[in-house]
Amino acid sequence: MKVLVPVKRVVDHNVKIRVKSDGSGVDVANVKMSMNPFDEISVEEALRLKEAGVASEVIVVSIGPAKVEDVLRTALAMGADRAILVETEDKTEPLAVAKILKGVAEAERPGLIIAGKQAIDDDSNQTGQMLSALLGWPQATFASKLEIAEGAAIVTREVDGGLQVIGVTLPAVVTTDLRLNSPRYASLPNIMKAKKKPLERKTPADFGVDTTPRLKVLKTEEPEVRKAGIKVKSVAELVEKLKTHAGLI
Amino acid sequence: MTVLVLLDHEAGAIRQASRSAVTAALTLGDVHALVTGDASVAAAAAKIPGVAQVLHATDAGSAHDLAEPLAALIAALAGDYSHVVAASGATAKNVLPRAAALLDVQPIPDVVSILDADSFVRPIYAGSALATVKSSDAKKVLTVRAAHFDPAPAEGGNAAVRDVTAPEAPVLSEFVSIERSKSERPELDSARIVVSGGRGMQNEENFKLLNPLADRLGAAIGASRAAVDAGFVPNDYQVGQTGKIVAPELYIAVGISGAIQHLAGMKDSKVIVAINKDPEAPIFQVADYGLVADLFEALPQIEAALDSAE
Repeated sequence: MKVLVPVKRVVDHNVKIRVKSDGSGVDVANVKMSMNPFDEISVEEALRLKEAGVASEVIVVSIGPAKVEDVLRTALAMGADRAILVETEDKTEPLAVAKILKGVAEAERPGLIIAGKQAIDDDSNQTGQMLSALLGWPQATFASKLEIAEGAAIVTREVDGGLQVIGVTLPAVVTTDLRLNSPRYASLPNIMKAKKKPLERKTPADFGVDTTPRLKVLKTEEPEVRKAGIKVKSVAELVEKLKTHAGLI
Repeated sequence: MTVLVLLDHEAGAIRQASRSAVTAALTLGDVHALVTGDASVAAAAAKIPGVAQVLHATDAGSAHDLAEPLAALIAALAGDYSHVVAASGATAKNVLPRAAALLDVQPIPDVVSILDADSFVRPIYAGSALATVKSSDAKKVLTVRAAHFDPAPAEGGNAAVRDVTAPEAPVLSEFVSIERSKSERPELDSARIVVSGGRGMQNEENFKLLNPLADRLGAAIGASRAAVDAGFVPNDYQVGQTGKIVAPELYIAVGISGAIQHLAGMKDSKVIVAINKDPEAPIFQVADYGLVADLFEALPQIEAALDSAE
């Protein structure tokens, strides 16, 4: 069975972003970009399935400008077999991404799609769910454990107040949570080898997808800055402040 | 306009976060509530003032909030509604995007402010920016951050209950089991006070040092990702970009450095207190009251100070 893993190139999670002064968006020029952390977990899980003999091939796919090739090469260096780059300069919303991925899935016919639970830039947490809806497949979101057995996946999910286990028939879409695994690092020889692995280029039009955004961003602004606080000198002063000044305890 | 609100429940009661979603929905129009679970849940939903009608999903898949039947049901019902709303929680995040895709709608997640029927404000980049977006979709599907809307009261309403079932479809998923973290404390995302521990707590045993303080204050206990990853507490304690988003009246961060991802989950708290031995820790930049001290010395002192003040 093939496993398809969508990956996204995002502003590195350690970067403190800045909002453009004209309110048109976030300044992402000249900031460090990397693979969305949840997607690294997805790639890792797919590779483990391959190493366990469950998956035959791991295909990574990314949608965006030509530069997203970086993150596809990173995934190839981790061990993915080949990559698909769907090139577009448009900003793609989760609905459009899901439609493009549906096209890729119909062409590749994977037995499983493993996506991250959310991208740390738009924080949407939607694409996997929308993709499974469009394909008519079951979904298992926020996975912290994944087992494949005879045409089904048994998935432990992180839900409010605990852990839920569900079974889904394959093919299915699984979205990964932080606790699923610890992604491996790509070694230098593998980074070199990854440069020669196949990378196919497509466009949204190849899948007949219109990427026009449904949400128009009217403005982007900095959140209100918190008023500077004070450092108290002792526990007694802290408790006193909370009691009298803030009236909280 | 009439708005459909998906309500989440726990142990027969409607979760406070979902009552906040009712408040948000009432700014958009009349409110009909959709609930799963047994009849007691539907009865609880009917008592929320402002809810004009309760739709009670009764089939087996809905009972465990499985995404496939519940999303299909929402999509089937959506024709009568201008908006579909739910509080941002694990259930809504699982189900609503699926329903939206079936309706060919781009959902709007984690709304913190509703400007009008089409325009909403939502945080992006771990809360480092706020985007105002205007939807061109005919129907709006949104989740709201509960902390930004006062919860509707639990009692006082008297709505009619109507049973609904998901459209017939092949069964694609099944519920196997659930393991709930046991806690007598208030729910993290609706607690008035939250006491959170981080890596500085050092181990699982030491993390329990937060219990007496939390008990005394009637607080929920939270944790940073570092504390969760290190196994001090279960995952559902995590406060942050990828865990729970809280905005209590008082947030006490103990042994938490204050990474961007953690701040994303708590920086809308009314008053933030930080206890950390590193005076350079970023948490002090958002703390209203900071105490530079060893938490193992400070925690018992705080309890003693609370005792003597009584």
